[in-house]
Amino acid sequence: MTVTYEEALQGYEPVFGLETHVELGTTTKMFCGCLTAFGAEPNTHVCPICLGLPGSLPVVNRRSIEFAIKIGLALNCSIASWCRFARKNYFYPDMPKNFQISQYDEPLCTDGYLDVLVGGQTIRVGIERVHLEEDTGKSLHVGGATGRIQGAEYSLVDYNRAGIPLVEIVTKPVPGTGYLAPEVAKAYVTELRDVLRTLGVSDVRMEEGSMRCDVNTSLSVRGSGVWGTRTETKNVNSLRSVERAVRSEIARQAFVLDSGDRIIQETRHFHEDTGVTTSGRSKEEAQDYRYFPEPDLVPVAPDPAWVAEIGKTLPELPSARRARLIESWSLSELEFEALRNAGALDAVEATVAAGASPAEARKWWLGELARKANDAGVDVSELPITPAQVARVAALVASGALNDKLARQVIDGVLDGEGGPDEVVAARGLAVVSDDSALLAAIDEAIAANADVAAKVRNGKVAAAGALVGAVMRTTAGKADAPRVRELILERLS
Amino acid sequence: MDDLTTKTAAELAAAVAAGSVSAAEVTQAHLERITAVDGDVRAFLHVNAEDALAQARAVDRRRAAGEQLGALAGVPVAVKDLFTTIGAPATCGSKILEGWYPPYESTITGRLRSAGAILIGKTNMDEFAMGSSTENSGYGPSHNPWDLARVPGGSSGGSAAAVAAYEAPLALGTDTGGSIRQPAAVCGIVGTKPTYGGSSRYGVVAFASSLDTPGPFGRTVLDAALLHEAMSGHDPMDSTSIDAPVPPVVAAARHGDVAGLRVGVVTDLSGDGYQPGVISRFTEAVELLESLGAKVTELSCPHFKYALPAYYLIAPSECSSNLARFDGMRYGLRTGGGSAEEVMAETRAAGFGAEVKRRIMLGTYALSSGYYDAYYGKAQQVRTLIIQDFEAAFSQVDVLVSPVTPTTAFQIGERADDPMAMYLADLCTIPSNLAGNAAISVPCGLADEDGLPVGLQVMAPPLADDRLYRVGAAVEAAFNSRWGHPLLTEAKGLISS
Amino acid sequence: MPITRDEVAHLARLSRLALSDEELDHLAPQLDQIISSVAQVQEVAADGIPPTTQATGIDNVYRDDEPVPCLTPEQALSGAPAVELQRFKVPRILVEE
Repeated sequence: MTVTYEEALQGYEPVFGLETHVELGTTTKMFCGCLTAFGAEPNTHVCPICLGLPGSLPVVNRRSIEFAIKIGLALNCSIASWCRFARKNYFYPDMPKNFQISQYDEPLCTDGYLDVLVGGQTIRVGIERVHLEEDTGKSLHVGGATGRIQGAEYSLVDYNRAGIPLVEIVTKPVPGTGYLAPEVAKAYVTELRDVLRTLGVSDVRMEEGSMRCDVNTSLSVRGSGVWGTRTETKNVNSLRSVERAVRSEIARQAFVLDSGDRIIQETRHFHEDTGVTTSGRSKEEAQDYRYFPEPDLVPVAPDPAWVAEIGKTLPELPSARRARLIESWSLSELEFEALRNAGALDAVEATVAAGASPAEARKWWLGELARKANDAGVDVSELPITPAQVARVAALVASGALNDKLARQVIDGVLDGEGGPDEVVAARGLAVVSDDSALLAAIDEAIAANADVAAKVRNGKVAAAGALVGAVMRTTAGKADAPRVRELILERLS
Repeated sequence: MDDLTTKTAAELAAAVAAGSVSAAEVTQAHLERITAVDGDVRAFLHVNAEDALAQARAVDRRRAAGEQLGALAGVPVAVKDLFTTIGAPATCGSKILEGWYPPYESTITGRLRSAGAILIGKTNMDEFAMGSSTENSGYGPSHNPWDLARVPGGSSGGSAAAVAAYEAPLALGTDTGGSIRQPAAVCGIVGTKPTYGGSSRYGVVAFASSLDTPGPFGRTVLDAALLHEAMSGHDPMDSTSIDAPVPPVVAAARHGDVAGLRVGVVTDLSGDGYQPGVISRFTEAVELLESLGAKVTELSCPHFKYALPAYYLIAPSECSSNLARFDGMRYGLRTGGGSAEEVMAETRAAGFGAEVKRRIMLGTYALSSGYYDAYYGKAQQVRTLIIQDFEAAFSQVDVLVSPVTPTTAFQIGERADDPMAMYLADLCTIPSNLAGNAAISVPCGLADEDGLPVGLQVMAPPLADDRLYRVGAAVEAAFNSRWGHPLLTEAKGLISS
Repeated sequence: MPITRDEVAHLARLSRLALSDEELDHLAPQLDQIISSVAQVQEVAADGIPPTTQATGIDNVYRDDEPVPCLTPEQALSGAPAVELQRFKVPRILVEE
């Protein structure tokens, strides 16, 4: 017995929140000079500090502070004028010191927001805090069936990742999204990822673990105004999983509540294969981390001038770009979303910059090129054609040198590696024929071959000329300048 | 005893620099002394004779090649086993690190090596620097050269005993609650706690991070100053390290003078629990200062009586976290079977001694949710009040004085299982650790009751370490003149042999 | 407020110390005595007094984002009780973090 998502939404209002951990793309770790590069041989990027050897001491990487401030400013947060690191104490083999240097009640950034676009609506997701902490090592669990901890005989720990700077971004709870909760959650993570990518502070690859999400979900009995107990779901490793995890947890909690049971405050694990969550560690025996200010570090008091400087050098954020493009291209929000979802924003913008009109650029990238990309199983951005080349094709069509059909052949030629648009036109002889004498020869041929149609046109049925135009197009392999052909036919038969 | 082992570090450095003796000869002499007496004193946990001689020969080669070496080139230095040194184990006096060879060097020992000092061995200590007698060492206590049945103080007791027994002219220690000053006092030598942040903690295994201060031992004030200067200074590897010039301690040690100096006697550091002989010698020291021209007044630091409880909340809290890394997963002892959690708990139970366990649990308690504000939080507020007491005092006087510790060296075993009694040894020294001040212990005589050494504590504001040496040198010169000889030569038995 | 033997046992578990019953019997009263004594700090009126966690008053100490030579895997693993595949081999972990 279960409850469907739709049934759940009838009786309950979902509230969700997200905690996202982002590995910063600094060259070196948070507190030492070891490299942060991904994929190295185990334990080759470690030193006394990130191994937590007795006697070692941390020193803060200035760039990590800079990146965290960048993120805070991009999320409209207040930047603390003075804050400290704190120790979060717990025992775990992937944590060399058995405490993590993090921030507790003095986060670097607080109280911001991120607007996300879902179904044409803008929803403001509040940001509670952004703080810095160090990442842990990575364990391989050996002996169990699935490679997970359960059933393992022993574990093998690699500390290359230990000490990499992490930024933790925590949203305020998001109520009032109703049916759209899963989509909003996914849209938030997508938008956040785009912001972080734009800032250049992380490569934000969820599949590599440089961006990790935990989702908190609770249900409120519809109309009660009372928020329910929340659960935390981990192992949410892709954008799609964010949506699925929220959806499945809402349904599960509704079922539990409908059965008269209560929700246990706990950590749950999301399973990609089944799309459901299972129970993990019970948060009821809440871990007491015994936080206290990190005595080996001194306070971080960012100079206001420095913060202002960082603010000035922020790149155009996705939301600003969205507003700008919607306005200058006269798009609806849904049209914009289509572009964004197709991954074609950059390409279209570059094509417009190369001289095409927004409408033309969109037409080619969302149409022909999107189809080609789909067939090849790649992103549009990965096609072997440049925005400048697309703009050139559009220009050739606008000037009449190509028509639509020929243009598509030119694009095929470019994608096949035959060269740039002009080279393909020349090599394949794809230019529109607009030389009157050449056209007249083809026209006379068509008239001779279709005498009955020609007779109708002479008798005043102008529309019938279309069939003659079609005949000319066929004999010229589509290269004739159709409007001119039509003009000439009418002259000939008048 | 060899001529060379009775020389001061200053004399040895000058002789090596002048070429009248080689670093190898100096080192050899001290190695022989160690062999002769350390069976009784047990100051050292590790002596690698070959390595020490190799260091010395390298110094001789560098000097012969005309290289400019540091002020302590060729002088042996004993190193508290809390410092990480490459090529020697670092046990921190604990079974949990038995046989651990650190793969990296502490900043301080690295600087001393580059300067040509000879690191002659690692000395015994109370486990992870927790204790006042070395009886908490996992490897047995060290013995006071004045009376082998007595403790040499702690936690840097091994270093103090080594210097007092002429096994090395200099030694490194650390002072978190008095762990240099108290051993210095009960062993009749000089020991300094520099300004916190004045000497690098990188490579010094952490006990209480906001209190730990590496510092020097010597038989004379000048010797201690020479080591103080050589080991101090800003270190970018230590975020709490002060970026300021090292106070001119050597110059001050060469110009002892207290004329016109305002000296404050802290009245709160006296009274019940203080051995009469300690009070007598202290009183005489104060009178001596006056006779040398100092302006002596009495003042009170009213929050000092809360220093001990505040310390025994702050230090255990920090150490409960600092010692969490010792779990048998990456280095050191691993014992027990079953899950990682079980192995961690078994390893720590087997590897740590009772005092360490007490302090870890105390710290865990003080930081627990629900107790934090009343214990750790409150203690840090008391700390602020103590800092304010010092600031008020130093606005009226240039230095403060008190006894170093309420009693002379007690018997081995006397307080071993009485933690509260043991903690009282730190009464006078703790306030300076909480405030981060500089403080020194200088010998000021022998107690009448037992003929054992008593130390005079001088305290100065942060970064005024030179004042300690100025006063210390004046006191030392005056007392040596009065006694006719350095105090240490009065040690019976072992020393005279 | 005295601390009970059970509370001390709990502290031992939190601190990952597998104390024997004899040890607990021995240490619990000592801890009780020490806690009662250090509780003296509560007598001090400290309203409005800020806590001091760092006596130096230093702030903003940083390092540049430049690489520094690190340990070789051999050095890193040199003290390890058990090694496999160039990683630290640890016993099975019970509770997932």
